[in-house]
Amino acid sequence: MLNSNVSIEETGASAEAVAYTGDAGDIASVNGTGPVTVIETTRHQWVAEITRIRDHQDQSAFAALFRHFAPRVKAFLMKSGASESLAEEVTQEVMATLWHKAHMFDPARASVATWIFTIARNRKIDALRKQRRPEPEDLPWGPEAEPDQEDILALQQDTEQLARALQELPEKQRDLVERAYFGDLSHSEIAAATGLPLGTIKSRIRLALERMRHTMK
Amino acid sequence: MTQIKHHLNDQLLMAYSAGTLPEAFNLIIAAHISMCDECRARMHSFDAVGGAVLEETSEVQMSDGSLEATLALIGKGPKDPIKVLEKTSSSLPQPLWDYAGRDLADVRWRSVGMGVKQSILKTSKDATARLLYIPAGSAMPDHGHNGLELTLVLQGAFEDEDDYFGAGDLEIADQHVHHTPVATIDQDCICLAVTDAKLKFSSLVPRIAQPFLRI
Repeated sequence: MLNSNVSIEETGASAEAVAYTGDAGDIASVNGTGPVTVIETTRHQWVAEITRIRDHQDQSAFAALFRHFAPRVKAFLMKSGASESLAEEVTQEVMATLWHKAHMFDPARASVATWIFTIARNRKIDALRKQRRPEPEDLPWGPEAEPDQEDILALQQDTEQLARALQELPEKQRDLVERAYFGDLSHSEIAAATGLPLGTIKSRIRLALERMRHTMK
Repeated sequence: MTQIKHHLNDQLLMAYSAGTLPEAFNLIIAAHISMCDECRARMHSFDAVGGAVLEETSEVQMSDGSLEATLALIGKGPKDPIKVLEKTSSSLPQPLWDYAGRDLADVRWRSVGMGVKQSILKTSKDATARLLYIPAGSAMPDHGHNGLELTLVLQGAFEDEDDYFGAGDLEIADQHVHHTPVATIDQDCICLAVTDAKLKFSSLVPRIAQPFLRI
């Protein structure tokens, strides 16, 4: 069951033939178009896996996401101050929430990693700080407003660019950003971690929101 | 959607995305984003930064049988029912529904004098959230701030010495701001105000009243 072998046809990224063996690190780009394509293909793969969970309750797709993300969510929670056993428990809850909310994932607004981050953050506030977190009013997809493949592709690419831009930050600033998200910085200290190159991804999401508003009318 | 001119800053959006703010601040930020697509897109961008940080995090091995335990957990159904709130015509932004009701008519106001009314919302104690009702043309008591105060206009508008704030606009004021907001003359003004420290009033009377008003 754990060794899934999934095709990527439904992701819209079918130009690259990819053999997928379960671990993100094992992806082999058959036509050898370089590491960037492999990483981007991995992102589409994750989107496809969420879709398979949503449409087919596919446990092998879930297992693949679990293997990649659960150890990272657990590390994130421990760096945020959770004990090992609490982090394990909360990570299982986060991954279960991913399954139950698969129908609410919007790949035109977030990558899978981003979406899992938001679930983990919300559970963290609940479990570690014992507070509620008010969320903005959701913008549900209207009738036939499911995001189009181009929007999804573009957002996943912008996310990849953002991740690379963060890696290329001077170490001191990158460290500040990470500490901000682990909850290590006070509100006034966070100011020093802002000023990130977010213009491209923001404009993309803004466009997707406008399109969504348009179809909701 | 009206034209919103006063937005959240990066510092608040990043802290909201990181999840490090008191509940009252999360509430006012969620309310503003519900009214403002520009800040919604910025919020998603900061969430994307969080996603990138998560991806870069070193891994900690899950316990043996963790996947099977999670699948068993899934089999039990969602821990909390997944809320899908229906779209209704409500005069309050959705994040406020759990705190104040769906409509302004639901709000339980208390008079604080000179026609001004307030309603304190129940949040965690590290910050205070309240709704304020200021009659058209009336002034808020003159005050400065000990800490950070955010004010979101829900209805009507107010002006201070420097600027104009209409529905959806968010004012960010810190200890350096000392101002006298006045509701514009055309309509009563209703705001959501959040502070992380008690306000300091300039005149004597409100200062005496302060412990009773909790503002």
